[in-house]
Amino acid sequence: MYRYDEFDAQIVKERVDQFRSQVERRLSGDILEDEFKPLRLQNGVYLQLHAYMLRVAIPYGQLNAVRMRKLAKIARDYDRGYGHMTTRQNIQYNWVALKDIPDVLGELAEVEMHAIQTSGNCIRNVTSDHFAGATKDEIMDPRPWCEIIRQWSTFHPEFAFLPRKFKIAVTAAEHDRAAIRVHDIGLHMRQRDGVTGFEVHVGGGQGRTPVIAALVNEFVPETEILDYLEAIMRVYNRFGRRDNKYKARIKILVTETGPEAFTRLVEEEYAAQRDSEKIALPQAEIERINAYFAPPAFADKPETSAAFERAKAADPAFANWARVNLHPHKVAGYTSVTISLKPIGGLAGDATDSQMAVVAHLAETYGFDDIRVTHAQNLVLPHVALDDLYTVYRELDAAGLATANESLITDMIVCPGLDYCNLANARSIPVGQEIQKVFADPAYEQDIGRLHINISGCINACGHHHVGHIGILGVDRKGEEYYQISLGGRADEKAAIGQIIGKALRADEVPEAIKILVDTYRGLRTDKSETFIQVVERLGVEPFQEAIYATA
Amino acid sequence: MPLLKNGAEIEDSWTFVAEGDLPGSACISVPLEKLIENTDALLARNQPIGVRLAPADDPHDLEPFLDRISLIEIDFPKYTDGRGFSQAQLLRRRLGYTGELRAVGHVLRDQILYMNRSGFDAYQTSRADLTGVMKALEEYSAFYQPAADDRQSVFSQRHTKA
Repeated sequence: MYRYDEFDAQIVKERVDQFRSQVERRLSGDILEDEFKPLRLQNGVYLQLHAYMLRVAIPYGQLNAVRMRKLAKIARDYDRGYGHMTTRQNIQYNWVALKDIPDVLGELAEVEMHAIQTSGNCIRNVTSDHFAGATKDEIMDPRPWCEIIRQWSTFHPEFAFLPRKFKIAVTAAEHDRAAIRVHDIGLHMRQRDGVTGFEVHVGGGQGRTPVIAALVNEFVPETEILDYLEAIMRVYNRFGRRDNKYKARIKILVTETGPEAFTRLVEEEYAAQRDSEKIALPQAEIERINAYFAPPAFADKPETSAAFERAKAADPAFANWARVNLHPHKVAGYTSVTISLKPIGGLAGDATDSQMAVVAHLAETYGFDDIRVTHAQNLVLPHVALDDLYTVYRELDAAGLATANESLITDMIVCPGLDYCNLANARSIPVGQEIQKVFADPAYEQDIGRLHINISGCINACGHHHVGHIGILGVDRKGEEYYQISLGGRADEKAAIGQIIGKALRADEVPEAIKILVDTYRGLRTDKSETFIQVVERLGVEPFQEAIYATA
Repeated sequence: MPLLKNGAEIEDSWTFVAEGDLPGSACISVPLEKLIENTDALLARNQPIGVRLAPADDPHDLEPFLDRISLIEIDFPKYTDGRGFSQAQLLRRRLGYTGELRAVGHVLRDQILYMNRSGFDAYQTSRADLTGVMKALEEYSAFYQPAADDRQSVFSQRHTKA
């Protein structure tokens, strides 16, 4: 994991002092609320329905025990005892007082954390594969480049007042768990003739106008990537629309200009850079940052673990959890563990301070002090020995953290919705909870297999409904909450936008409709290996449409 | 409106003439369009000439005039419109402009450090005073990325032998 040197520490400390002065000047009336807004936003402070919300950056989703304990302490001391994991691998606190925020930032700085650029029209927290550095299917570890991009984009003087927010994601695995094709810039690490580089996708996004990103460059060598990013950012900053907030994301610029013409603009800007404008990242700096991400000292272990096999045979609940929540590790005898924050009837992505403390302890004791936040709002211990798995499981279970549903139907992405957010048109959380109840039987749920339901309470799509295998969007119809259902979306390497299947349904009709969709799938699949999304892709949405609207 | 430059509040000797007849004497600055249309007349005045860029203006259009221009003003009609930061970087780093580069319009104290790094050296604003601006310029002691100022990036400082 990256550790701050004196420069990083100084910059974050100066940020705390700067924000403290900004809050003081706001509270004294020296800064107008309208002019304070971008300042607080660029420090992750939102004004929500009931209170200020503070979003803390977790760069590319990585934490360690010390940082997790600090997040728990903040939840306890400044919030109501919990935090909410976000789809940008960050954490949000919904009940922090503005006057306390400088102190919270001071506490975060003690453990090398901050809230810089977690909101506002600037480059946001860079996200990545939550199994980075552990998964079998990556060609290298993308985190060093996430860290380099984090530093480059921090307080970038030219790109702090962009037309709109800007999100970058990086992956290095064939199976894309970072949803790079629905990001403003998605980078896929590649190797060509021994050189490391990036496939560059630009202009993906969700919100009102979902778009799959255009491939702008098949290979930009790592030594040139920051300069190439500068070229993309400058084209966007100069030519992105500013007349309409809903047309201001780079996806609209790419779509309206046309991907070829947009690419030409980027290439021209890039070609025009003089040597003196280049970032010229020293090779030694790339190496310095890479060194922080060296693999931990794994023990030499066999592929299988007798202790693990014995425990599975003895404890069916454990065997069930292990079947669902583990991901193959690149080192024999180890695995990556997903800690689901989606208990049936719970609040998706929420963790209490004591749960955070349990995870911190487990990471420190059994997980090489490494914790990840996933974009699906769960946690991951990326490196756990199979030998220790049963112990880890029992401690998780005791803390209410052993729900066995990773990537299953009850593992939904759910935005805060009308219960918290002043943009929302409809509630998301209760709808998700009602759906969960329908599928609470583990045997039924596992029979259904991999299925992503994503729920957004409004068209801004924070719940990623466009890319859910089943997407649910809350809409307002004359003061009543209705839900529009779409099918066939996905966020991975085969990214697609879901298709709306018919008229919106009332909240109480949604769980039954989802059950009809699921049972229709079970009737149509060739065998259990054919997943829900594969059936939708093979047969289209029509059979599902018929099933719902014939009954409704 | 106060004009801040080189750590002091200074007298503004320039007049911006958006349209209409040009005054016979005095330093004037004009919109880019006007400069392009009336280049000969403006240069024949034998007085210092300046230009004001609107957010959508392309700094490259100034290329033929750069050695005869003494002031470039970049207008920020709304502080949220950040196009001026790119215009400034292009002028300083791509086109090599070395004269005064002034931010005018809705310019906030808390933007001035970014402006300074993007190449501005003068700020005309009613939303910041000299003390605030001087403080703002010193809020950070290090910067990750190179920009239009002469500060060395953290990326490179880390590998420079003392």
